[in-house]
Amino acid sequence: MISAGRWLVLSAVVPMLAACTGNLHLSFLDPQGPVAAAQRWHFFEVLGIMAVLVAGPIFLLLPFFAWRYRYGNKASRYAPRWEFSRLLEIMAWSGPIVIVVVLSFILWRDTHRLDPYKPLASDQTPLRVQVIGYDWKWLFIYPDQGIASIGMLAMPAGRPVSMQITSATVMQSLFIPALGSQIYAMGGMVTRLNLEADRPGRFLGENTMYNGNGFHQQHFTAAGMTPDDFSAWVQNVRAHGTPLDARTLQLVAGRSTRAALIDALPGKATHDGNLYFTHVSEALFPAVVQATLDGRAQLPRSALAHADPDRPRSADAPHSASASTP
Amino acid sequence: MSIAGIFEHPLGRLGPDALPFWQMLQHPTEGNIINGCVATGAASMVVIGALVMVVLLTRYRRWGVLWSDWLTSPDHKKIGIMYVAIAFVMLARALIEAVLMRAQQAFGLSGGFLSPDHFAQLFSTHGTIMIFFMAMPFLTGIINYVMPMQIGARDVSFPVLNSISLGLTAAGAGLVMVSLVIGKFSTGGWFGYPPFTEASFSPGVGPDYWIWSLTLASLGSTLTGINFAVTIYKERAPGMTLMRMPLFTWTALCTSILMIFAMPPLTVATAQLALDRYLGFHYFTNALGGNMMNFANLFWLFGHPEVYILILPSFGVFSEVISTFSGKVLYGYRSLVMATMAITVLSFTVWLHHFFTMGQNANMNAAFGIASMLIGVPTGVKIYDWMLTMFRGRVRFTVPMVYSFGFILLFVLGGMSGILLANPSVDYQVHNTVFLVAHFHNMAVPGVLFGMLVAYHFWFPKAFGFRLDERWGMVSALCWIFGFMAAFFPLYVLGVMGLPRRTVAYSEASYVPLEWVAFLGALLILVALGSLLWQLRVSIRHRDENRVAAGDPWNGRSLEWATSAPPPEYNFAVIPSVEGRDAFARAKEEGCAYQSPDTYRDIELPRNSAMGPVTGAIGFALGFGLVWHIWWLVILSFLAAVTTLIVRGFARDTTRVVPADEVRREHLRWIAAVNATTAVSRVDECRPVNDGRARYEAIGVAP
Repeated sequence: MISAGRWLVLSAVVPMLAACTGNLHLSFLDPQGPVAAAQRWHFFEVLGIMAVLVAGPIFLLLPFFAWRYRYGNKASRYAPRWEFSRLLEIMAWSGPIVIVVVLSFILWRDTHRLDPYKPLASDQTPLRVQVIGYDWKWLFIYPDQGIASIGMLAMPAGRPVSMQITSATVMQSLFIPALGSQIYAMGGMVTRLNLEADRPGRFLGENTMYNGNGFHQQHFTAAGMTPDDFSAWVQNVRAHGTPLDARTLQLVAGRSTRAALIDALPGKATHDGNLYFTHVSEALFPAVVQATLDGRAQLPRSALAHADPDRPRSADAPHSASASTP
Repeated sequence: MSIAGIFEHPLGRLGPDALPFWQMLQHPTEGNIINGCVATGAASMVVIGALVMVVLLTRYRRWGVLWSDWLTSPDHKKIGIMYVAIAFVMLARALIEAVLMRAQQAFGLSGGFLSPDHFAQLFSTHGTIMIFFMAMPFLTGIINYVMPMQIGARDVSFPVLNSISLGLTAAGAGLVMVSLVIGKFSTGGWFGYPPFTEASFSPGVGPDYWIWSLTLASLGSTLTGINFAVTIYKERAPGMTLMRMPLFTWTALCTSILMIFAMPPLTVATAQLALDRYLGFHYFTNALGGNMMNFANLFWLFGHPEVYILILPSFGVFSEVISTFSGKVLYGYRSLVMATMAITVLSFTVWLHHFFTMGQNANMNAAFGIASMLIGVPTGVKIYDWMLTMFRGRVRFTVPMVYSFGFILLFVLGGMSGILLANPSVDYQVHNTVFLVAHFHNMAVPGVLFGMLVAYHFWFPKAFGFRLDERWGMVSALCWIFGFMAAFFPLYVLGVMGLPRRTVAYSEASYVPLEWVAFLGALLILVALGSLLWQLRVSIRHRDENRVAAGDPWNGRSLEWATSAPPPEYNFAVIPSVEGRDAFARAKEEGCAYQSPDTYRDIELPRNSAMGPVTGAIGFALGFGLVWHIWWLVILSFLAAVTTLIVRGFARDTTRVVPADEVRREHLRWIAAVNATTAVSRVDECRPVNDGRARYEAIGVAP
């Protein structure tokens, strides 16, 4: 049966993944967090129920009927006028209804259990991350740490991450398959996502909603770290990051890929091809949301870093000419 | 735009940079040259194709015939055939685009050979064409051809309106074709979500091509829906009660209802987007009160019922075909009607499942998820009823049946992936990945396209008087089925491996092997289309051996088989009187088929009208002018449209009469020919000996 074949393919492919992608976890079938693990279970639960109850009978009966009642087989019974059987009709309707009722319970339970807005159960307070989608890179802001990054979403393993997401440009969709759900990022609006990594590792992160020429390069690495490694990472960013001042943010907001942005910020990229920023104000994220909503190019001065001694405080540049002007 | 401006820029924003090879000549980098060559090649195919048509028509002096016998004809059968011809042309283009995209992704690890912008145009045109200019014209054509004959009518209720709908659809298709040669198409995908398609992010002509071709097509479809629904309500032969209508007609009715209610939201959404783009409104912008979520809701309020507009006629076709080739009455007719109506109603309750990931709460997602799964109930009933139609039948393994087997098995798998997607918590994982692409192709190819190809095989002999070659049909069917499996099953796996849709390139080496399988599958599908065209050529060459003039090659059941092949333009010499379901099967069983009545009457038919082609030409000019901001053309086209309407209002002499004598002569000649035709057994169904008269073998009519 083809459905069984697909099961085989899936179960054969999943272990292959980790081996051939340099330990970057790609799929929720290779889950690295509680949400993805639950989604994987849900996926196989629904698939299993349907393979047995829906596909099974049809894949057995259709070839049997077609062959048994083929034109050449005069031995089979021929009932050209037969068009109705109350019993079969009740079965034809009640079978799918029962299956859908069962599946509906599963759906209702898991939709609530895995609501991406729902904080994850944990004895630790979630790490707050604010995500701004630009063309064609994600800016991850750690408001409590005062830092930000492009290309790398670091998180302590075992501690939930609570994300607020917006877009400074067109619609995008933030997705880390090995950890859990994706959610849209939309201009002037804030969506939420709660994820957690079980253990240290590197996970594929991406945008799944087409947004122009650099779409296919809008990847990032989500990295689960031990709490100590995460603290060290934060310290490292604070020590070596670039202040996110008006000029830098203007470059970030332009329509460019991460690689092009790195070219525009010479000497600022780290050896892993990512960008790290310091002096990030907690006011930046809400200011970007409001500016996008208002169609203003300017961000309020209070939302930007002023740590760069080479530049006067009044140097606030337009934050995004292309993105938020209608 | 001032008056002076109109004269200052007589061609609007149309300039030499609109030509597909312009960029390549200006900046001859390697990438530009490859993309320029591909685009120029495609453009030349359009131009050369058009030129060849013009030369052939002139060479063989067929312009007059084309105009008076086809373009201006109000005959529903000819309009139907023209719709199907459009569908085949557009299918060929969109399929080549698909192969190009699969080739690009097969090489996508290293970046491939296409630029992101070019790739984005490919997936946008592929989707737009397949939905609006392949599937819609195909099903509209089939319904046009078959439905009036199935209900025993002479034509649709509004024949000229029918021709206008065709003109508008052709104008939309023409705009999409012209975008290959002049300018660029949208890169926003077939659903064109703003704010990406707003002027601030996509300032070019692409989204405007998309907006106006869709607007033309959706207006055509709305009018078609009204026309079909009124025809089914008002034009049925005496005795053809609703519950005696063939199932295909039922699905045509439900599709028409869906067209009437589902197309307007699309027209509104694209009109609002046009206001944003042309006049600086803020319906869907990020700022100043715009909200793209309104577009998503409006679009899918159309988009989901649209899915059932596409699939229901196919369900009808499969119902007819499985019953006919099983030599048995359709099992569970009443159930199938109820299931069709249930799907029609439910299709308006599920649109939110296209954006579970937009951030609404769990209650709402769960409610729409369950509503989506509910559609599985009537669909499941249909599949069981088709299988029970084969049960205790005499199943003939003809080309339509091979497609039907492929359809049922593959459709069940597509339905399963649909149920998975209906679960919001699974959808959060596979939404926007190629898993979703695999799912909707799994419904659209085996469901919609196979259904339409079956209809083409099944009714072709009725329309043209000879059968299609069976062997090449079989080759094509098998290539379609296995090509589909190779092309799309890998995408399910790639989707759960995190590969997003619409990506021109990727950086995971593990995607490569399955991308190659999918590419080979796409090539196999190309072979399938090739053998379909070859089959047509072979069949035309051997048409004299395969004639079925008596009109009933498959031992058919409904009224369209009770006419000659091809039928006279008035369909029935005398309007049949219907006493039950499967009217023609009943007549054959009771031995009262092929009878001539005592009296014949004059038949009134609509006169030819240029309204269709003229409206189409005006629509095309208006769309083209709007796309390129050629305002004088816009104004002229608008005035021409108003003038045409007024002039048509004064047309008084709109019908003509076929005298009773002529009808009688034609009919008696056909009856004599049928009587001279040997009735063949089903064993000889696909052999030259089948001249279109079926030998009596118990075919069964419900009591």
